[in-house]
Amino acid sequence: MKYMLMMNTMRAEAGVPTWPRADLQAHIAYMHNLNRELRQSGELVSAEGLSFPDRARLVQAGRDGAPITDGIFPESKEFLAGFWIVDVESPERAYAIAARASAAPGAGGAPLNMQIEVRPVMGGPPPEML
Amino acid sequence: MTDSGTTKPWDEVSERLLRELAPQVLGVVARRFRDFSSAEDAVQDAMLSAFKQWPQEGIPENPRGWLIQVASRRMMDTVRSEIARRQRETAIAPEEEPAIEPAEMETDMDPEDTLVLLFMCCHPVLSKSSAIALTLRAVGGLTTAEIANAFMVPEATMAQRISRTKQSIKASKVPFRLPTPQERMQRLPAVLHVLYLIFSEGYASSAGAELQRLDLAREAIRLTRGVRALLPENAEIAGLLALMLLTDARRAARTGPQEELIPLDKQDRSLWDRTELHEGMEMLKLALSKGAVGLYQLQAAIAAVHDEAGRPEETDWPQILALYELHQRVAPGPMVTLNHAIAVAMVRGPEHGLECLLALDNDERLAGHYRLDAVRGHLFEMLGDSGNAIQHYRTAAAKTTSLPEQNYLMTRAAHLEEASKESSSGLPAPQSQR
Repeated sequence: MKYMLMMNTMRAEAGVPTWPRADLQAHIAYMHNLNRELRQSGELVSAEGLSFPDRARLVQAGRDGAPITDGIFPESKEFLAGFWIVDVESPERAYAIAARASAAPGAGGAPLNMQIEVRPVMGGPPPEML
Repeated sequence: MTDSGTTKPWDEVSERLLRELAPQVLGVVARRFRDFSSAEDAVQDAMLSAFKQWPQEGIPENPRGWLIQVASRRMMDTVRSEIARRQRETAIAPEEEPAIEPAEMETDMDPEDTLVLLFMCCHPVLSKSSAIALTLRAVGGLTTAEIANAFMVPEATMAQRISRTKQSIKASKVPFRLPTPQERMQRLPAVLHVLYLIFSEGYASSAGAELQRLDLAREAIRLTRGVRALLPENAEIAGLLALMLLTDARRAARTGPQEELIPLDKQDRSLWDRTELHEGMEMLKLALSKGAVGLYQLQAAIAAVHDEAGRPEETDWPQILALYELHQRVAPGPMVTLNHAIAVAMVRGPEHGLECLLALDNDERLAGHYRLDAVRGHLFEMLGDSGNAIQHYRTAAAKTTSLPEQNYLMTRAAHLEEASKESSSGLPAPQSQR
């Protein structure tokens, strides 16, 4: 079963973190290790970090079908910072991975305990029986 | 490395041959070197070489011998570098070098090797996804890339999954030998379950756009055929094969042009594969003649009753009901109760079916599962209660993680809503097809 783990960050905290170098490096190493572990456990489908929201554009088709682009809505409180798609045995395993990502260290090495949204990825038709 | 003997051109049959040889070759190499994990890698390498070379150079006169030779050379390289590594680390000479007699090369074929592999790959210590991946590679002779593609994960991820699975086998110290008859009976259900999961994964991923992907349902049928040939007296294997054939026969009819699900009672039955149906029926007869009735035989028997009906109205529901009642006694479970309720509704009326479903309301195994709501919706529709039917169909649609199922349930609800609006505006109400 595949799950998407979405790391949402509060807009108020958006931007490049200004932590001390050692803390930044610890954070980067933590995420790097997590991804490597997931690859080695044969569970990682994909993992991507997204650019900061100032690069985001809202796109809508106009009457003629041509794209109309706009900046992002300022009122949204959260933005998607990155995501993982994992292929795991159980939802509990997906939650455990999400908790690992959530506990990535921040300033001073304290766990960030970020909110990670976990949702099943839709699949094909279910088996007819059993 | 290339064989100068007589060669044949490469075609689909040769590809199948290559896959069938994989477990035999692996059996020989793993037994000779007493190292399943490395042997499995060596055989995978040999298979890849064959996939590259044979289509161009033709199939060697003795394909099995060719593969054993290439895999054994590869094993020797691994063993040598392992010895060198240990010598570097410990500076102590190895106790003994593994001996390999060239004369033995092409002779020691053991028909039980494939069975040994199957029991090893489907060992209960392994997680289901691990067992599936390893079975497809070691017993099915598929490449890692093909398996990764079938499960829509990156090749590197699948390679790691397989490699870790082999590590678990190594750590669990499962010996490379055929389980005793008693162990075999204990472990066969796990083997059959893995084969069934491969089949149902194929079913789940066989929607039109994915046609270029490896056909896991056909792979599962091929593997199960192979297992049946090795254990011909086992009724449950025959039952499982019958179930697969009887289900797969409906393949062309079960999805529409937009990949939408077409339920059994709306399928164009002329699209069912007669040859496969016939084979499934014969297999089922054979299975049932062998005594003890198990889970797969019962499921196959139910599939057969559906398949025997030329039109949905001709379905022998009393017989299906009797089979589900037997199923509830042999192997009870919430899904069986659910299907039993449908059969009750078809025989005695939807209100009786709905009554059967009440028992499932507090069943934690079904908590949050869409099937209960979907079946309720269906039974309310039969009852002519569109309001409740629409509500349950939509609840089910919100819960399912299957995209085609969701589309089906939403469409069903929309259809009922339109129909009830039309009838309330004075137009004639459409007759229910059930």
